[in-house]
Amino acid sequence: MSWITGVGLLPFGRHEGKNTLDLMSEAAALALDDAGLKRGDIDGVLTGYATTMPHIMLATVFCEHFGLSPAYAHGLQVGGATGFAMAMLAHELVAAGRLKHVLVVAGENRLSAPGGRDKVVETLAQVGHPVHEVPLGPTIPAYYGLVANRYMHEHGVSEADLAELAVLMRANAATHPGAQFREPITVGDVLASKPIARPLKLLDCCATADGAVAFVVSRERTGTAAVRIIGAGQAHTHQHISEAPSLTEFGARLSMDRAIAATGRKLTTTDADYLAIYDSFTITLAILLEELGLARRGEACGLARDGYFSRTGTKPLNTHGGLMSYGHCGVAGALAHLVETQLQMTGRAENRQVADAGLAFLHGDGGVMSSHVSLIMERQG
Amino acid sequence: MSDAISYQRCAPCGHVWYFVRSFCPKCGAREPVTSRASGAGVVHAVTIVDRAPTPDMKALAPYTLVMVDAEEGFRLMAHGEPGLAIGDRVSGSIVELAGRPIPFFKRARGPSCPSKA
Repeated sequence: MSWITGVGLLPFGRHEGKNTLDLMSEAAALALDDAGLKRGDIDGVLTGYATTMPHIMLATVFCEHFGLSPAYAHGLQVGGATGFAMAMLAHELVAAGRLKHVLVVAGENRLSAPGGRDKVVETLAQVGHPVHEVPLGPTIPAYYGLVANRYMHEHGVSEADLAELAVLMRANAATHPGAQFREPITVGDVLASKPIARPLKLLDCCATADGAVAFVVSRERTGTAAVRIIGAGQAHTHQHISEAPSLTEFGARLSMDRAIAATGRKLTTTDADYLAIYDSFTITLAILLEELGLARRGEACGLARDGYFSRTGTKPLNTHGGLMSYGHCGVAGALAHLVETQLQMTGRAENRQVADAGLAFLHGDGGVMSSHVSLIMERQG
Repeated sequence: MSDAISYQRCAPCGHVWYFVRSFCPKCGAREPVTSRASGAGVVHAVTIVDRAPTPDMKALAPYTLVMVDAEEGFRLMAHGEPGLAIGDRVSGSIVELAGRPIPFFKRARGPSCPSKA
């Protein structure tokens, strides 16, 4: 068993003049305060990677900078799935009795670093194969554009359908003061936005941001927060989209089935009171919702249009605005989903609070639908 | 001048793939056979890249990227002529683009092809 005893989330957007370590430190301080812990209480530290600060010992560098001397620390990398993979590892380490309080922290000055968005686009395109893909001039949106094209073809989904998910994320972000983009948008705005890698347009894509997130995973509760991780699982089917077994069937279901099996209970994703699902692009969110059994194939966007995934709907989803509108700063991007989940489950989500978040399902992917990590969180009592 | 697209095949297990390796990723057998593909295939997916990642590719944008299912049984990413769509029968070879050899596909010509040209 493990508890998420404290969380820290910075506003995403532009944090001019701050570097990765500055941002990580701010989030870590918030998480420690929230958990009621001191630096000396932390015996484990997990970090991801930072594209703006490539370092072979990021966890150790962070510990030195922040003032920690843990018994266990290292970095971890699985692209966009890194955040949830760190949460899973922290859970496993704590549940095994190995550590008492693991600080998980990620942050990056991805937007304001020299080179800005151009540098980000070029750097991230390198997840492609160096010989067989990158020389063709693809981008992350292009890899997902290929997936979107095929998925739309097979399941009868239109660009206007996908736009509904961007509209929903923006509507959610409008209620969060820390979100990068808060101005409401319409389906028409999404369709009229600049083409990036057709069928994907600017507003189908996540937003490059500076930001940071931290949280503490503990063996025992440290205060009133009573949210625990009850299951976690992964699935890895390929890394490059050229080698994916399919462009329409990915590893999300397998990953979530393993997370459910780890709970030792007969759960299904439809038991969820709250959903935190990776939304790097509208197509990512559509496929994941459908693959996880939260909508039938081709129907996730229609459900979003009908309010099913809205804050007051049947399955509230990413109430902070997700990667598309709260913002995406790398590893911390998906961890904002986890923090929002903990806030919802502890009744601290203010004007975004959903009716009853007792059981939450979280899912993230890295690469091009390549690495999948699923988490199930439950409120005690 | 253009050259053929190549692929690999495992003699013991018959697995066919595109990313070059010195062993079969399915059964582990060594020394796979590298062969020239016919270039014939069917478009599996298409995207048009408007936002290119590098200055040299920006000069070419917008360009069409395709995933093609080659008739030999492997799938690859390539450039394609504008207007290609899922299901189009195509013919490809290695051409030079921005100083690099890359696979490029055009609509297939010939009597058996439902060509729009």
